[in-house]
Amino acid sequence: MNADDLARDLVRAFPGTPGDLRRLHDRLAAAAERDGILDVAYRTVDSPVGPLLLAATEAGLVRVAYASEGHDTVLQALADRISPRILDAPARLDATARELDEYFTGRRRSFDLPLDWRLSDGFRRVVLSRLPEIGYGHTASYAAVANLAGHPKAVRAAATACATNPLPVVVPCHRVIYSDGRIGRYLGGPDAKRTLLALETAA
Amino acid sequence: MTGKQPFEAVVTRHGATVLRVCRAILGPADADDAWSETFLSAMKAYPGLPADANVEAWLVTIAHRKAIDVTRAAARRAIPVAETPDTEAADAADGPASGLDSDLADAVAGLPAKQKQAVAYHYLAGLPYADVADIVGGSADAVRRAAADGIATLRRTYPFAAATKGEPR
Repeated sequence: MNADDLARDLVRAFPGTPGDLRRLHDRLAAAAERDGILDVAYRTVDSPVGPLLLAATEAGLVRVAYASEGHDTVLQALADRISPRILDAPARLDATARELDEYFTGRRRSFDLPLDWRLSDGFRRVVLSRLPEIGYGHTASYAAVANLAGHPKAVRAAATACATNPLPVVVPCHRVIYSDGRIGRYLGGPDAKRTLLALETAA
Repeated sequence: MTGKQPFEAVVTRHGATVLRVCRAILGPADADDAWSETFLSAMKAYPGLPADANVEAWLVTIAHRKAIDVTRAAARRAIPVAETPDTEAADAADGPASGLDSDLADAVAGLPAKQKQAVAYHYLAGLPYADVADIVGGSADAVRRAAADGIATLRRTYPFAAATKGEPR
């Protein structure tokens, strides 16, 4: 028996099986949460607009991402912007997942979740923080939103704020469209925006 | 600028190797605790780890220290005759390892600490002798000798190997 054979046998004799690793991973996530070192917890949920990545800091929900954004890319951006201490740890996002499920099944009209706004600065944050005032099933124009944010002339900046909303669906930028009826830019693509608007008018 | 990977990716990429190493050094009963403490410590320190660090060597270094802690704690708890029944109970609890695999695990468990570490860190974790030497102390040559001695002992005490591998190459 040569050393390579023995190395192969050693790998078999000391297994690192997926079931064991999943159990240990979950135990790590719980311990990290307990010790306050889980800077970002995430999970994915299925939805009528495709799989959504949900990420939360200890302060609250910090990111909702569409598959088209590339979930790995989004996680890397969170590592760069917030902290690399990131784990797939669904427990912190249980309430978010539940409220989203209620929303997508027409049983919820507004979200009641702590939000971490740190990925939006300045005027963008002001714009986004006003969006929940556009009621479920309604739409507003970019000009109306600029007005709501206190800068009636900043229509283009308001549109950019909506198009770069880090918390889509929960912060309802999908309810903002052009005054001539064009649907406008959306992080999840125009189809996702139409789906959400149709869902809200049907319910 | 792209910096450090999310820690989740570190667990995904290196979790199995660290578990194998913990199992080889400590046996199945204590390996879970060592793995958990290794990754919890690593996650705490992760933001300060240099971007160009060898993550696997870093994790094995932490696992090595945790294994020493676990071994010392076990030694303080131990009653002299407990060794053999404990090992058997742990093996049984770990599930359906084949006779051959558990023979090799037993053979590794019987190695002196330095040889066991050299074999586990070089052959299971795949670290070069120089990296293993940084972790366990001493020179790369000393580690190479310890690994060779360990392999020689395993060849003698792991009787089924020759039969399953056929003629030596």
